[in-house]
Amino acid sequence: MERVFLLTVEHLQLSLMGVLIALLVAIPLGIFIYRYKGFAGVVLSLTDVIQTIPSLAMLALLMLVFGLGNTTVIAALVLYSLLPIVRNTYTGLNNVSPSLIEAGRGMGMTRFQRLRYVELPLALPVIMAGIRVATVTAIGIATIGVLIGGGGLGVLIWRGIQNTDTQMILMGSIPAALLAILADFLLGKIEKRLIPKGMN
Amino acid sequence: MVIFDRVSKQYEDGHEAVKEFSLEVKDGEFLVMIGPSGCGKTTTLKMVNRLIEPTSGTIYIGQKDITKEDPVKLRREIGYVIQDIGLFPNMAIEQNIDIVPRLLGWSKEKRKQRVDELLSLVEMDPEVYAKRYPSELSGGQQQRIGVLRALAVEPPLILMDEPFGALDPITRDNLQEEFKVLQKKLNKTIIFVTHDMDEALKLADRIVLMKDGEIVQVGSPDELVNSPADEFVSTFIGSSRMENYKRSETR
Ligand SMILES: Nc1ncnc2c1ncn2[C@@H]1O[C@H](COP(=O)(O)OP(=O)(O)O)[C@@H](O)[C@H]1O
Ligand SMILES: [Mg+2]
Repeated sequence: MERVFLLTVEHLQLSLMGVLIALLVAIPLGIFIYRYKGFAGVVLSLTDVIQTIPSLAMLALLMLVFGLGNTTVIAALVLYSLLPIVRNTYTGLNNVSPSLIEAGRGMGMTRFQRLRYVELPLALPVIMAGIRVATVTAIGIATIGVLIGGGGLGVLIWRGIQNTDTQMILMGSIPAALLAILADFLLGKIEKRLIPKGMN
Repeated sequence: MVIFDRVSKQYEDGHEAVKEFSLEVKDGEFLVMIGPSGCGKTTTLKMVNRLIEPTSGTIYIGQKDITKEDPVKLRREIGYVIQDIGLFPNMAIEQNIDIVPRLLGWSKEKRKQRVDELLSLVEMDPEVYAKRYPSELSGGQQQRIGVLRALAVEPPLILMDEPFGALDPITRDNLQEEFKVLQKKLNKTIIFVTHDMDEALKLADRIVLMKDGEIVQVGSPDELVNSPADEFVSTFIGSSRMENYKRSETR
């Protein structure tokens, strides 16, 4: 039982690490292509292509660079998380009503102030939706990390499969599923708290 | 106060929206720009706070050529009210009103005092409204806040682009009355864009009638009604409106 717990924690750590690193890249990238629309096509297609690479293939490819183990798993999770966050940051910012942007400009907000006080807060619900998708996806993909020597709940699932041990499969897959559901639920809560009262 | 010196604007597509526009707006004047849709009113207005840059000509505000000013600083010194109201839905009413004061770094106490003062000006109880969000107000109340926001740092000049255009007739009427009183009290210079002749006649000290980017006639409401420069002016005002206006004048 303790083993299940430890692997669950590790699983969560891997997933969160992947999403967190992705956030640091994806949100600035989303803002960048919003500001410089000329790059939007290239960046979005590129993240789109990354997204379509089958996960086992991705792990195998990354393994060639990062070797066996959790680093490779995290790298894969980062890459998969990019698309939903970049795309939603870009879409969310683009959806901000032009008249609000003009009002901000007309009142003498600088570009940065507009971003900080108007554009990002108004795009936040959409950005958060992207983060939720990324997190749930990451928790799912992390389960196959075991194939390239990663940890997490995949370890139990894989061992269970090899030994046709139903109990072990369940001990791995049920916590993984619960983790995904719980993460989605909690992020939903956070989303509600982050979004100012006047918006719905 | 504001001088337009042969100001023209040609958009990238080659369309000349404003042609050699020259005009002097006096201190404390309520100037209304009117004309058919697409005649260049908004373009002219936005050149004053540099949301649009003229292709040629110069605009002066109080002797100063505005192209020599930092646009961000310039805009903080000019009130701006738009038809879409443009209140920020993520901010409470008090935050919407005190945006420019915040940008200018006013203290919290001073800002709060100003918000209360402004809300009281339009008879909206600060206790009730300061903490509300725009979505919790009616359209008319929202545009009152839009106007207060423009007044927050007491700019001597306010630009208004069809501010009451999206409101229902009764609310619009009330706001017009209210605003006329407010303007007299605060002694602001106002450049007000509309396509509604009734509104223009009601509010203006002086009316600028435009067509195809050019001024057709400038004059007080009386002058426009009593001596329209040409056929276009009289048609634009309309014969029934002219008669109504003259009748209410003689009464
Ligand atoms: N960004 C733009 N690019 C090209 N043409 C424009 C742009 N903005 C306005 N116009 C054109 O310039 C003319 C004047 O527009 P505008 O000043 O908005 O008129 P008004 O406010 O009087 O309705 C119109 O013909 C309009 O189509
Ligand atoms: Mg217009």
